[in-house]
Formats: sequence, C-alpha cells, structure tokens
Amino acid sequence: MLVVILGNIVYVGWGHLSWEFLTQVPRAGMTQGGIYPAIFGTAALVLLMTLAVLPLGVMTAIYLQEYAPQGSRWVPLVRLAVQNLAGVPAIVFGLFGLGFFVSFVGREIDHFLYGGRLVYGQPAILWAALTMALLTLPTVVVTTEEALRAVPQGLREVAYALGATRWQMVHHVVLPQAIGGMLTGGILAVSRGAGEVAPILFTGAAYYLPYLPTHLNDQFMELGYHVYVMTTQSPDVEATKPLLYSTVLVLLLLTFALNFVAVLVRAQFRRRQMR
Amino acid sequence: MRWVERCIETTIRASAFTVILALVLIFVFIGKEALPILTSPSVRQEASLRQLFGTIVWQPVSTVPQYGLLPLLLGTLKVTVIALLVGGPLALSAALFTSEFAPPWVREVLKPSVELLAGIPSVVLGFFALMVLASWLQSVFGWTYRLNAVNAGIALAFAVIPIVYTVAEDALTSVPRSYREGSIAMGADAWQTAWRVVVPAAFPGIFAACVLGFGRAIGETMIVLMASGNAPIFSAALTDSARSLSATIAAELGEVVVGSAPYHVLFLIGSLLFVLTFLTNLAGHWFVTRLREKLEGR
Repeated sequence: MLVVILGNIVYVGWGHLSWEFLTQVPRAGMTQGGIYPAIFGTAALVLLMTLAVLPLGVMTAIYLQEYAPQGSRWVPLVRLAVQNLAGVPAIVFGLFGLGFFVSFVGREIDHFLYGGRLVYGQPAILWAALTMALLTLPTVVVTTEEALRAVPQGLREVAYALGATRWQMVHHVVLPQAIGGMLTGGILAVSRGAGEVAPILFTGAAYYLPYLPTHLNDQFMELGYHVYVMTTQSPDVEATKPLLYSTVLVLLLLTFALNFVAVLVRAQFRRRQMR
Repeated sequence: MRWVERCIETTIRASAFTVILALVLIFVFIGKEALPILTSPSVRQEASLRQLFGTIVWQPVSTVPQYGLLPLLLGTLKVTVIALLVGGPLALSAALFTSEFAPPWVREVLKPSVELLAGIPSVVLGFFALMVLASWLQSVFGWTYRLNAVNAGIALAFAVIPIVYTVAEDALTSVPRSYREGSIAMGADAWQTAWRVVVPAAFPGIFAACVLGFGRAIGETMIVLMASGNAPIFSAALTDSARSLSATIAAELGEVVVGSAPYHVLFLIGSLLFVLTFLTNLAGHWFVTRLREKLEGR
C-alpha cells in the first residue's frame, strides 16, 4: 500500500519537477509558475519553530533525567503532560494558537507596545511557529530523554568523583555523549512540523502572497497548506493537477529526507557509543 | 560560580514546568472561549445546549442559523470506526507477525516502512484520498458520492496503522521469552504459542494500541477535511458524505466573526475534542503501565 501511494505520486509528480518550478512564484491563479514562496515559508516557519522547541524540549528532558530528585512527585506529572500533549489533535493546537497567541498574547503586546495599533494581534509566522513548537515538543523531549538515558551511569560518577558540579557534569560529560539523540529529536520535529497543516490554518498561513515573509508578524505561504489549497479550492482542477502532484512530491521528499537523516544520525551515534 | 549553577538549575526546572503549563493553558484558553455557551445570555439564545445536542441540523450560515452537533458527532464516529475496522486488524496482525513469526530481515524491512508511513504528512494522505482513492473506490463500487465516509475512513486508516502497530508490537515483544519457551516445552506449536500465550499476556498493551489509535483518528483533521465530502448529514449510511468535528473547525473557523455564537460553538467542539483525546490518552497509557506491572509480576 505504501508502495502504491508513493509510486503514484512519484510517477505523476516527477514529470513537472524542475529547477524553475522550485524557484519561481505561482502565476495565473496558481495554474503556472512554481512554489518558491511556499518552500521559503516552510523553511522560515520550521527554523523559528526549532529555535523555540529545541531549548525548551532539551531542557525539559535534562530536568527529567538529570536534575529531578529521586522519587520526585513532579517527574510523573511532567511525563504525563508530555504524553498527553503528544495526543492533543493538531487542530486543537490551531485553536489554541488563535485563542492564546494571536488573540491574547498578540493583542496584549499591541496594547502595551504599539498603543493598540494592530501589529502582533493577527495571524503571523511567529505565532504559527510557536504553535508548531508546542506540537513538536513531545517528540524532542522523548528522543532527548532516550539519548540521555543511554549515557552510561559510570561516566556521571567519574565526573562527580573529579569534583564536577552537576551542571559541569551535564555540560561536559552528558551532553556531548547525547548530542546525537538530540539532533535526531530536532530533525524529527522539523519533519513533523514541515508536514502539519491544521495548526497553521488560522495562525498565519496565507492562501497566496505576492511577497516573502521578512518580519515576525508577516503571514506566509507553506507547502502543506499550498497542497490543501490547490486540492480543494483550485479554480481549474485539471490545470493545477501537474503542479499539485509535484508540490506533493516535494513535500514528501522533504519529510522523507529529514526522517532518513534522523535515522542515519541515530545509527551513527549509537555505533559511536558502542565503542 | 554558585549562582551560575543555581541560575541554570532554575531555568531547567522552569522549562520542565512549562510543559505542564502548556497543557493547562491549552485547556484554559479553549475552555474560556467555549464558556459563553453556558454563561452568555445572547449566545445561549442563539445556540442553547438543547439545540446543540438535541437537533440534527448543522447550518451555521443561514438566516436562522442552526447548530446541531449530532450530525458532526455521527460523522466523526462513522469515519473513526471505519478507520479502526480497516486499520486495526491490519496493524495488529502485522505486529503479531513481526514479533512472533517474521525472520529478522523481514523485521528490518517492515519496521522502517511503518516509520516511513508515519512520516507521511496527513495533508498528503488527504490529497491521495481525494484525487486517487476516491475515484478508484467509486469506479469499483459505483457509489453515488465520490467523497464519503468510507473513503475518508480508509485514508484515515493509514494514519492509524503506524501508532497501533508500534504500541502493539512493543507490547508483544515485551512478553518475556520464558513464556514462549514454557509453552513450546508443553508441546504447543508456534501459532498456538502466539495466539494462546503471547497475545493474552500482552492484552493490555494491545488494547492500549487500539485506544491510542482511536484517539489519533478522532482528532485527525486534514485527511477527513479533504476526503469525506464534508456534508453534515445525519444519516447512518456509510457511503453518504460525512463531516467530522475536527474538519468542521478547520473549515469554518476562518469565516466566523470572533466573539459570535458560531465562534464559541467551534471552540466548544475544540474543547470536546481536547477532553476526548485527553481521556483516551490517559486510558491508553494506563493500560501500558498495567501491562508493564503485570509482566514484572506485581
């Protein structure tokens, strides 16, 4: 079944894929031209998201594995929160992004810094990225935790025996050992974030924009959203079809490549740890 | 040096609590926007609880807007049940096969393929269901509506299979070797061992897999939005077009006025989804813990 889906998309999509397609803007009601703005928007979104989710996720995992006192009541609670966060539907994150980031945080910023002028109190790439960061947080926490757990206990004891403080131990001993696992988590999060559409529907993605996002409060185009828009709201289905297939192919290649790199990184570091 | 150490520790602890805070904030902020359904007189007049859960017409954009949630609930149920009926047995038997019968090289191929399947963005699955699967199904079965609950359910099964497979496979492989050896020593063959010993031992985990799959299916938006046809019809026929709770939010939130009655109704749907998935997740993870305790002999 996997083969059928992929085969169909690759077969039809390959024909239209070209350098021009990747670097041009959509033209003529999206029946011609390329998808460059969507690729740019996706990259920008994912970059902002990573900046938010990596520190938060890694630090949470460090807390759970290294800092939390033995038998702490908080550890199961934090784990439970992570598990449940992973189960919250993407569309609910979208609602939350609109209700919290856009209408609450954004409005308050406008109120205090811009005297009520509408700057951040509207859907924007910043809010979409933060919403997406929450969605991908569990991925980062879980993979980082796994990586930290794989660091041998003996190394920690050696560091302590040499007189290291807890942070020195974590910083110089545990983190260098676990960096591969963290990278894996980051890449998986990026792959997830690049493919998810529901959370950004109301928090910043735009149907069509003549310019690229340059400010944090700009709206943006995104690959997945572009696929959704072209599939369901195209003025001329037959004309958009080849473009659509190629866009899907690009999105698939992107997520698969990211997943593949994640698997490679994980394997590489596991091998290094074995030695 | 001391205070640097303390600063870092505080930051790390704070970020861990941010996770809990995030979950609470989600609940609070979605609940807050849904609350006017209960408290605000004007909203209650337009969309009373009796209308929400007692009528069968969902028609928010009309001169007399009607907000009956029942067709949406039924649509969600239809699509979810089909997805589980299609994906569940497939994923479970694949999990049983990998853990009990498959030679190592098959396992090496099968597990990454399932991970690959999990990596496909849901919008791509929705696209595939809408452009390709729907036409195939229609030409084979001759249904009146190209986009219907069965179509969406089958597409949704692709999203459910990875999670059911992963959790079930984990549960089956966590059954200790000694169980299998004991069974084989009693003269059972591989199939009897798998079916009568391993599966019952891993049952809480298998059940958890189904529960978590259910939670995934109920909240999935893009696939259902694109593949189900989105007509809020209150009918039991599986080949009618159907609309789910999640797809309703996605389709309509962009068009409603902030603070109006339909806006609050959509957030009520959101809270409903949140609570439902929260409960299924709790239940699922509870069963996984149960399994671990059981196998450790507590």
